[in-house]
Amino acid sequence: MIKQNDTAVQNAHWFAACRVEDVVENGGVCVKYGDEQIALFYFTRRNEWYATQNECPHKKQMALSRGMIGTKNNEPKIACPFHKKTFSLTTGECLSGDECSIKTYPVKVENGNVYIYVE
Amino acid sequence: MKVVVVGNGMVGYKFCEKLIAKKLPDLEIIVFGEEQYPAYDRVHLSDFFNGKNADDLALAPASWYKENGIQLHLGDPVQYIRNSIKLLQTFKGYVLHYDILVMATGSSPFVPRIDGIEKDGVFLYRTVEDLHLIKSYAKKAKRGAVIGGGLLGLEAAKALLDLGIENPDVIEFAPRLMPRQLDEAGAEMLASTLTNIGLNIHTNKNTAKITGDECITGMQFTDGTSLQTDILVVSAGIKPRGELAAECGLETGMNGGIVVNDYMQTSDEFIYAIGECALYNEMIYGLIAPGYEMADVAVHEICRIHSASPVKTKAFTGFDMSTKLKLVGTDVASFGDPFANGDNVRNIILRDTAKGVYKRMNVSADGKYLLGGVLVGDATQYNILLQTCKNKLILPPNPEDMILPARESKKEEGAGIVALPDDALICSCESVNKAAICKAVSEQGCETVDAIKKCTKAGTGCGGCLPMVKDLMVYTMKQQGKYIRNVLCEHFAYSRQELFDLVKLHELKTYDDVLDQLGKGDGCEVCKPAISSILASLWNEMVLKKGNDTSQDSNDRFLGNIQRGGTYSVVPRIPGGEITPEKLIVIGQVAQKYGLYTKITGGQRIDLFGAHVGDLPLIWSELIAAGFESGHAYGKALRTVKSCVGSTWCRFGLQDSVSFAIQVEERYRGLRAPHKIKSAVSGCIRECAEAQSKDFGIIATEKGWNLYVCGNGGSKPQHALLLATDVDSETCIKYIDRFLMFYIRTADPLTRTATWLNKMEGGINYLRNVVVNDSLGMAAQWELEMQGLVDAYVCEWKVAIETPEIRKRFNHFINAPGEKDPTVKFDALRDQKKAANWK
Repeated sequence: MIKQNDTAVQNAHWFAACRVEDVVENGGVCVKYGDEQIALFYFTRRNEWYATQNECPHKKQMALSRGMIGTKNNEPKIACPFHKKTFSLTTGECLSGDECSIKTYPVKVENGNVYIYVE
Repeated sequence: MKVVVVGNGMVGYKFCEKLIAKKLPDLEIIVFGEEQYPAYDRVHLSDFFNGKNADDLALAPASWYKENGIQLHLGDPVQYIRNSIKLLQTFKGYVLHYDILVMATGSSPFVPRIDGIEKDGVFLYRTVEDLHLIKSYAKKAKRGAVIGGGLLGLEAAKALLDLGIENPDVIEFAPRLMPRQLDEAGAEMLASTLTNIGLNIHTNKNTAKITGDECITGMQFTDGTSLQTDILVVSAGIKPRGELAAECGLETGMNGGIVVNDYMQTSDEFIYAIGECALYNEMIYGLIAPGYEMADVAVHEICRIHSASPVKTKAFTGFDMSTKLKLVGTDVASFGDPFANGDNVRNIILRDTAKGVYKRMNVSADGKYLLGGVLVGDATQYNILLQTCKNKLILPPNPEDMILPARESKKEEGAGIVALPDDALICSCESVNKAAICKAVSEQGCETVDAIKKCTKAGTGCGGCLPMVKDLMVYTMKQQGKYIRNVLCEHFAYSRQELFDLVKLHELKTYDDVLDQLGKGDGCEVCKPAISSILASLWNEMVLKKGNDTSQDSNDRFLGNIQRGGTYSVVPRIPGGEITPEKLIVIGQVAQKYGLYTKITGGQRIDLFGAHVGDLPLIWSELIAAGFESGHAYGKALRTVKSCVGSTWCRFGLQDSVSFAIQVEERYRGLRAPHKIKSAVSGCIRECAEAQSKDFGIIATEKGWNLYVCGNGGSKPQHALLLATDVDSETCIKYIDRFLMFYIRTADPLTRTATWLNKMEGGINYLRNVVVNDSLGMAAQWELEMQGLVDAYVCEWKVAIETPEIRKRFNHFINAPGEKDPTVKFDALRDQKKAANWK
């Protein structure tokens, strides 16, 4: 699934993260991009790809890629394995009623390669 | 329209948030803040000393402003305003035109004129910057003092305590602490509580002079007394920051506050003032709730004026100064008119010096209305008292019941909520009334507290109203005749027991099959682990088999308990707690090699903490090579069967409890259940293995074994109950087979056996009938099913390390295999290590 980015930044580009088969079905993996950690999710059931920051803003733990994905009223979400705070995979907003939110990244798949749009 | 906000404090931020929400076309918001940090939660400033930093306290990260198209200029205060031509200039030299200007400049601490106040070691208490200065100076200070016994002053005193200064002195000019909120007796109670926890409280003290050369060394008072101190924090009240407004000719009043009308407009209709800098009706409002309401009123007025269609005006009404807070661990609250007195007022006072509780209600002479009051030491009734007071509800015949400690009178609580009128303010931080919450439940379908928080924002501030929000939700749902059916989640309209039977009937083997055939949507973190547990209990297939791997709870997915920092713990099975010296040595060597913290668990095993996810397969390969297997410490499964040494060594032992414990543990190892299962076997009635605190416990008798079931430790300890007496080993195992299968089939998710029994109609007698007398006729089938599970057992760690597809998942980075998470940090602790504290 390809999402449009609002602000084009000079440095922004599609970063080749891994192969499709590297990513666990209906789950997440953690992608290293320089010093950044990006959680990449393959929602196989919906044939959708998502990427977010790997750090859960609640206790600042690098853990979201190890969480369970799912939906809330058809909105795809990720639950942090630590305290089950949930965040929307599309907007990054917290769905458990907290004020915090996470960063999301556009993802595209071409020829079996998974790309993440980074700035 | 270009809106410029002068000041990025809590109220200035709230204004931006509320204005953004209106989604006005062509809106441009520019914010200038004097401090270096984006708006932060000043109310919880003292948390800064509990390890929080400016980011933790931030109301929104800098990115929030960017995302919402707000230009935020920090460290750049506005220098002057030329309102005749709607122009302003900032410190860094920006010159800007505005359409609407909002002054949210807040206040500065009031600095009393005391000789020597300029000395080093004297600080104010208002900004993160102040706290940084205090923190670094406090390192070399032994004694500390605070001027000001008000709300902030006491917070500052707590901060000094947190910084390691013992017995700081609090100096208050007035005859009592918190003179604006508390009456004399309440303040006295608070003072004695605070004295007990280490503060020195001085009232009626006027500081004459601060002594010392360059640095403060002491203070002298007008009564001739003095004290020594190395650091002094001044918190003697606030002074509204209206200089900028005054310079450009806006009307200002008392102390420099900017005069505003009902709609927060200053004497220039294009300039608004909100928060602590605004002077409304000759009053400055130094609390957050009225500040937020001012922001709301200003936003409403700005939108109203710029709206094409006529909109009703909204006037400021938040003159309520009721407040509730926790001061150094003590509840303090005051509401309405806390001091009401005289012929037309009756006072009800409860004073308990043993518990440090003081409560006062001011009631009208006819006994009908609550006028105000004070609560110290226990403010649990604050919400209902505040609502009763604000909404002029008729008091019950014995109003004193409202402040008496809760007894067995549950009826009253519900009645309290029902009686509230629709406009009763439930959340005063976000001004959400009862009707809005009930409507969120009935019309917008919010049926969880989280959903209500999200929809109405109620409870997102201090959170004090959440119990009332929950009660209102349950009340509204009942009103709608909603039967709260025990279903798993939005994806499955079945209870766990129904699902268990259906999955078994349809012989479903993967999570997706179950979801496709019995559920809807795409699953979530509630149904995934519950279904995974059912599948494991039914078929006992390797939990990480493809298709079921990502529906496991995190701990099962990585076959380890996730710990602070994101590392895992490793617990090899040590059946019955019996281990050879050779195996002990292996554990020691593995721990040493991989740098793990080791600790003996409560279940007679050894836990190895701090394993990186990538090291787990290596660690387990070594352990398995030495004859260990998974201990399932991460699963909702059988954990451990603890034992005492029994008749093999003990002079009192009646049976060989260790051998039996090993037999039991090896039979049920890896058995997945709705919750964890613990067991123990004791060799005699002295019960050294504490079997009666376990899900099933076995105690030796002269003739055989007594079997106890459904006990647990944990937050609500419960003793196990006797199920069968003097049975032989074979019968004992049979009964346990049946008991466990019955539990696994019928319990709700995450329900321990004790809770399961508590909910069972007929209790232990019914259970005994089912298990011992086979009243359901299920015994033979259950024994067969259990034998099937026992036969299907394999060590899942062995499978995991031998299956490349599964082993590959034990890597932190998918594109950098073998590389460890660089953010994982440890601290040293007693020759070992621990996870670094999280924020």
